[in-house]
Amino acid sequence: MASKAPQSDLTFTGWRRENGRVGVRNHVVILPLDDLSNAACEAVANNVKGTLALPHAYGRLQFGEDLDLHFRTLIGTGSNPNVAAVVVIGIEDQWTNRVVEGIAKTGKPVTGFGIEGTGDIMTIAKASRVAKDYVQWASEQRREECGIADLWVSTKCGESDTTTGLSSCPTVGNMYDKLIPKGIYGVFGETSEITGAEHLCKARAATPEVGEKWYKIWKAYQDDVIEAHKTDDLSDSQPTKGNIAGGLTTIEEKALGNLEKIGRECRFIDALQPAEAPAKGPGLYYMDTSSAAAECVTLMAAAGYVVHTFPTGQGNVIGNPIVPVIKISGNPRTVRTMSEHIDLDVSGILRRELTIPQAGDLLIDMIVRTANGRLTAAEALGHREFVMTKLYRSA
Amino acid sequence: MSAPHVLVHEKKDTVGVVVVEGLKAGTDMLCVVTADNSSLRLQSKMDIPIGHKVALTDIKAGDTVWKYGQDIGKAIAPIAKGDHVHVHNVKTKRW
Repeated sequence: MASKAPQSDLTFTGWRRENGRVGVRNHVVILPLDDLSNAACEAVANNVKGTLALPHAYGRLQFGEDLDLHFRTLIGTGSNPNVAAVVVIGIEDQWTNRVVEGIAKTGKPVTGFGIEGTGDIMTIAKASRVAKDYVQWASEQRREECGIADLWVSTKCGESDTTTGLSSCPTVGNMYDKLIPKGIYGVFGETSEITGAEHLCKARAATPEVGEKWYKIWKAYQDDVIEAHKTDDLSDSQPTKGNIAGGLTTIEEKALGNLEKIGRECRFIDALQPAEAPAKGPGLYYMDTSSAAAECVTLMAAAGYVVHTFPTGQGNVIGNPIVPVIKISGNPRTVRTMSEHIDLDVSGILRRELTIPQAGDLLIDMIVRTANGRLTAAEALGHREFVMTKLYRSA
Repeated sequence: MSAPHVLVHEKKDTVGVVVVEGLKAGTDMLCVVTADNSSLRLQSKMDIPIGHKVALTDIKAGDTVWKYGQDIGKAIAPIAKGDHVHVHNVKTKRW
């Protein structure tokens, strides 16, 4: 492919963290262990400008695999290289310290505070002093030039319609076909939205073993979650009402469009648990995630991905607090009526004015500009959806 | 080539996607197959919104509907060439 050559010396500027990973944002995060600590975290973020609280709904009386996922998501979020330093606040010390110790393995500055026996006001005062030191320290860290292989790029689409399968999803697929061979890490997920294309997805695994591992994850969701909880069928939820308004009729049709995001050539080298960091080197990964946008992007960010590519047809508005979410749309009506949410317009594909490889090059350019600091539409509009995935009811 | 009214993924497909806004019944539509850039003409029988599908051939109730060269479900009512194809006449085989 002729279009590959100009990208071989692609670089971007980012912050190289203590563990060698590179971030494209420089956040100081105030991270609640649990729902009870949201108020203190938001108070600290209000006291200290340039810090970012990540309130969420959970963290009490979870157990087993669900608790493991809670810790993995929080520790992974704090460990993400887009985060320079972290203040953790929890209702009690023990679990708070577990998060602190997990994040500390990256070598970045992190301090925890427990509220019990201290109260919100004193905790906020102590945590605010640390947060102020962190944000001033972070403000003096400098970007450096990095090879494209230092970039970890995730993908998930939302408010899909038939145009996503024709234009924005294959644009992402073309980007992966070009950048995966250059050594980046990629990831796709959305377990329930592969139904109808599972035979094609399994065939895209790098080895039969990885294909089997993937298939078990997909089948377990079908059997344990859908079969156990469905009332009649999933046609009222998958496709969504927005998908149907956009012309998608069945889950099979939606899945086939969804899978266009992994291109034509790349193979996925492992199937990850939710929020699990990839550990088999550069390449494309699959992650077991919900197809709900904020849950999925939160899990991918917790696994260490630093830029997200988000194809949309009908116009999803999602963002993420620590990862820039680049929206790509090929629906000419959406790019006109919701232009403030769209970073890359590929509607020329539908008019046959733009080829998929040309659109892939435009996306690579937008990824590099975004990594270098261009604010995405979601960042400019303040979209910071941070949604923890919960596997079952708390004790 | 002028801008198409309909894009079709694969030759095998029995439906295509309307990619222009405000398509009216009776339009002489240019349909392009993206896999090989071949084209065909088709008359729309209904107004069809952008992003919605049109039948490229007559489809009997119970027939498999093909898109991306793949099975996307079954017809639950007879569909004529040029008709709007959606949840009223096609359903998943899964659930």
